[in-house]
Amino acid sequence: MNDPKPPLRRKPPGQRLFVNARIIDPSQDIDTTGDIFVERGKITRIGTDLPREGLKKSAKIIDCGGAVLAPGLVDMRVFIGEPGSEHRETIKSAGRAAAAGGVTTMVMMPDTNPVIDDVALVEFVRQTAIEKSRVRIVPTAAVSRGLDGTQMTEIGLLSEAGAIAFTDGRKTIQSAQMLRRALTYARDFDGLIMAATQEASLAGGVMNAGTNATRMGLPGIPREAEIIPLERDMRLVAMTKGRYHASTISTSDSVDVIAKAKGAGLDVSAGVAIANLALNENDIGDYRTFFRVSPPLRSEEDRQAMIEGIRNGTIDAIVSNHDPQDVDTKRLPFAEAADGAVGLETLLAAALRLVHTDGIPLMRVLECLSTAPARRLGLNAGTLKIGAPADFVIFDPDHPWVLREDMLRSRSKNSMFENSRFQGRVLKTIVGGRTVFS
Amino acid sequence: MPHHGAAFTLICARCNLPLAPLIVPPYSPLLMTREPSPSRPSETDAPAFQLPEFGLKHLLGIEGLTPREIDHLLDRAETMVAISRAVEKKRHTLSGRTLINLFFENSTRTQSSFEIAGKRLGMDVVNMAVAQSSVKKGETLLDTALTLNAMQPDLLVVRHSAAGAAALLAQQVDCSVINAGDGAHEHPTQALLDALTIRRQFGRIEGLTVAICGDIAHSRVARSNIHLLNAMGARVRVIAPSTLLPSGIEHLGVEAFRSMEKGLPGCDVVMMLRLQVERMEGAFVPSLREYYRFYGLNAKRMKLAKKDAIVMHPAPMNRGVEIASSIADGVQSVIFEQVEMGVAVRMAVMEALQEGAGA
Repeated sequence: MNDPKPPLRRKPPGQRLFVNARIIDPSQDIDTTGDIFVERGKITRIGTDLPREGLKKSAKIIDCGGAVLAPGLVDMRVFIGEPGSEHRETIKSAGRAAAAGGVTTMVMMPDTNPVIDDVALVEFVRQTAIEKSRVRIVPTAAVSRGLDGTQMTEIGLLSEAGAIAFTDGRKTIQSAQMLRRALTYARDFDGLIMAATQEASLAGGVMNAGTNATRMGLPGIPREAEIIPLERDMRLVAMTKGRYHASTISTSDSVDVIAKAKGAGLDVSAGVAIANLALNENDIGDYRTFFRVSPPLRSEEDRQAMIEGIRNGTIDAIVSNHDPQDVDTKRLPFAEAADGAVGLETLLAAALRLVHTDGIPLMRVLECLSTAPARRLGLNAGTLKIGAPADFVIFDPDHPWVLREDMLRSRSKNSMFENSRFQGRVLKTIVGGRTVFS
Repeated sequence: MPHHGAAFTLICARCNLPLAPLIVPPYSPLLMTREPSPSRPSETDAPAFQLPEFGLKHLLGIEGLTPREIDHLLDRAETMVAISRAVEKKRHTLSGRTLINLFFENSTRTQSSFEIAGKRLGMDVVNMAVAQSSVKKGETLLDTALTLNAMQPDLLVVRHSAAGAAALLAQQVDCSVINAGDGAHEHPTQALLDALTIRRQFGRIEGLTVAICGDIAHSRVARSNIHLLNAMGARVRVIAPSTLLPSGIEHLGVEAFRSMEKGLPGCDVVMMLRLQVERMEGAFVPSLREYYRFYGLNAKRMKLAKKDAIVMHPAPMNRGVEIASSIADGVQSVIFEQVEMGVAVRMAVMEALQEGAGA
């Protein structure tokens, strides 16, 4: 088990007793009202009416007022601008945004400048995270040097340095041979390959292909641009017996491909961006560039298939796909704008729509947001088991609110949910027993 | 019982299966005219509420325009034709106002048409040669627009290679915006001038069969025409090789054909589109000679259409690629009348928008 380093290297906080909470832990299938006791940043007791006597003088009792207390979210796909694009997002500002969204562990993509393809950069990220970020950050490293898709990185050394998984981030590995070698080699280090799946020659468009794109005069990205590389990758996984995670799938056929691969016993998992669960291509409306994302917003049928994939367990993880973009890359005509939207702060609230409108059990949604990603990455997180780090999100699942741009803590403001109504809001975020947002 | 309930069968858009029929009772409140509210008697003396004939500030596309608005623009354009044909070609309805032509893509003929239209209405016209200026220095579309906006123009005519560019500008500036073509999205004044040309030929648009032939996928002219012709009750066909038919085109209300021989019979209007030769060869069609062989409009194919059918083309033409010279210059061609109508339609649009903006 990898213990993500606690952020803000300070003395671990004293005793904390969280009382009157609706404790939900997907890792143990617990949904009960009770208390949680935390010592030195770790969970030591869990139960009802834990004794308040015998606590140290420095101990604090936190009344959750009946709100849900669940494992802090583990976000498997977060793009941060540091190093290289600090004007979009720094490790510090991403940490603030994550804390506000109930995200206690961010899995950072290697698409920075320079690319995280070297031991020194992994160390830089880990060190900066410890010094600057309120929440935990685990870096991933590139599969190929400079994300060029041809030369393998030092997967063994990078693993030792703390890279949690290997991915070329936004880029799809176009060469089947390259991916084959990476899957084969990474297997020896138990390394997980997280892959984007967009066939470059088909994915030249800017939104989902179909009537909407045709009407708007925009070049479309056909669904096949995603399905073809995904099917190819399943063959390679079967061939290499490697560990594979499809970062963000977006079409109903992709869900079928993953289900079939899982049925065949392959070591595969899949994530879905919250955008593809909460929105569809019609939300683009009047060429709104904040809705230009990758994978693109698809049809309503595809969105429903994503929800179904969450319900039946084919899809493992819900990710924010947090990708800050500044005005220079978004205040442009739709076809010329960059892909990407911020999402850390709205991840939980948007995911709760699945509970409120689509009838997915809250336990299952939380599992996809914390327990399942942590398990897949081998992180000691996403659980409320005794001895686990005290990383919690405390939230009111029903509180109504409207997101306004000035609420965003992220350095970039390109949210797809500006002025959206949400039901459910983060009240407190706890990392290692310390309150990082309230 | 004089009326039976009208039954509508709704078709599910997703699966094409009929949904349960919706019965509208003969005296449904939905179908009744609105009675003036008795609680506000003072207003009932006034004549019934009338929508202004044209109240729009911008012309960004044909999609969304009502048939009434389109008719209004065409009627107004009809009166402009006479002005252009007179010796004294000047009206002063918009004198003292400023029009800026903002062309991010070079197009001498469209820009001239807007310029002449503006000048005939008495406007001061400024042509910004953006293709050569600040945009090269990295200024964004919006910054250019905001700079021009500060110069207080009354009308901004925009052509840009990106779909949605005109709409984006319209959100940022105070004056009226006319879309003179945005990427593959819309080119509304072209559709209006085509409609005016058709209406002058046939006296109507409703009930005519119009075939739009060629590069539908990349054509803003095709999209604007599809919206306009559908709104006015024409039957619209598109004819192109499958690689030039965008996905879901049938859902825009057209019948798609893959061969001229199948699509042309029974057509009143044959509308050819320009093939963008630079980006076609080898990618969307194998070669120009193959394209001309199967999709070029020649005399033999023209005979398939109705006897009094007309041929249109938004120009500039590639003679011998999409259209034979003999057809382009033939008796059925109205290609140069289209150019004339272009000025009239643009004058009409400018006047109507200025009234709409001023109201």
